[in-house]
Amino acid sequence: MNILFYIAAFAAVISTVKVIIGKNAVHALLYLIVSLLSVSVIFFILGAPFVAALEVIIYAGAIMVLFVFVIMMLNLSGDGVKKESELLMPTMWIGPSLVSMILLAEMVYMLTHQAVVPMGIKEVPPGAVGELMFSKYLLVVELAAFLLTAGIIGAYHLGEKEMRIHNRYLMDEKQDL
Amino acid sequence: MSLPMEQGILLAAILFCIGLIGLLTRRNVLFMLMSAEVMLNAAGLVFVVDGSVWGQADGQVMFIFILTMAAAEVCVGLALIIQLFKKFKSVDTDRASAMRG
Repeated sequence: MNILFYIAAFAAVISTVKVIIGKNAVHALLYLIVSLLSVSVIFFILGAPFVAALEVIIYAGAIMVLFVFVIMMLNLSGDGVKKESELLMPTMWIGPSLVSMILLAEMVYMLTHQAVVPMGIKEVPPGAVGELMFSKYLLVVELAAFLLTAGIIGAYHLGEKEMRIHNRYLMDEKQDL
Repeated sequence: MSLPMEQGILLAAILFCIGLIGLLTRRNVLFMLMSAEVMLNAAGLVFVVDGSVWGQADGQVMFIFILTMAAAEVCVGLALIIQLFKKFKSVDTDRASAMRG
C-alpha cells in the first residue's frame, strides 16, 4: 500500500513540474491531466473514493476540457512557443523559485520534526460525505450554488460578442468602422 | 503498516510550491491559470489528508467546495483570457499591464 502512494506521489510531482516548464500549452495541459489523475490515485489510497471519482470526473474531465476548448479557440501560433522559451531564462525564474524553495524547506523541517500520525486507516464512504454535506453544511452548499450561478453569468457576460450598430444615425464616435 | 500523515501534507506542500513557482514565473495567462489550478488541487489534498487522519467526512466535503470554486474560477478566468486575446492578440500578461479602460 505504501509503495503505491510513493509511486503516485512521484508521478504527481514529475507531471506538475512538466506543467510549469512546458512551452506548448496543449502538452502542459495533458501533463496537468496526468497530475490530477495521480492525485486521484492518492485519494483512493487514503480511503476517500468519492472524492477520487469527483477529481477524475470534474477536474480531469470537465475543467480540463474547458481549457482544451479555449486553447483551440485562441488558435495560438508557433511563434508563441519561441517567445515562451525566451521568457524562461534562468534570470526570470531563479528568484521566485529560490524564495518558494525556502518556504518549502521550512515546511519540510516543521513536518519532519513532530510526532508521526497515521492516515488512511478508515475508509470514509460516499454516503457519509453526502449526509454531512446536506445536514451540517447545507448553507455552504447553497452558497456554492450562488457562486456557480455568478460564475455562469460572469462567463456569459465576458464572452459575449460586442454588439455592432449598423444604423449610421445610432452610431457613436467611439465605434470605428 | 499505515502511511504517516506528514508525507501526505508534504506532497501537498511540494505541489503547492510548484504551482506557486509557475504562477510567479510564467507570463502566459493560460499557464498562470493552470498553476492556480495546481495550487487549489494541493489545498484540496491537504483537506482530504486531514479528513482521512480523523476518519471524518468533513475534509471531503471541503474538497467538494474547493472543486466548485475552482470550476467557477476557471469559467470566469477563461472568459477573461478570451477577452484579453481579442483585445491584444496575445496571451502575454505584459501586454495588458496598462489599464486603458
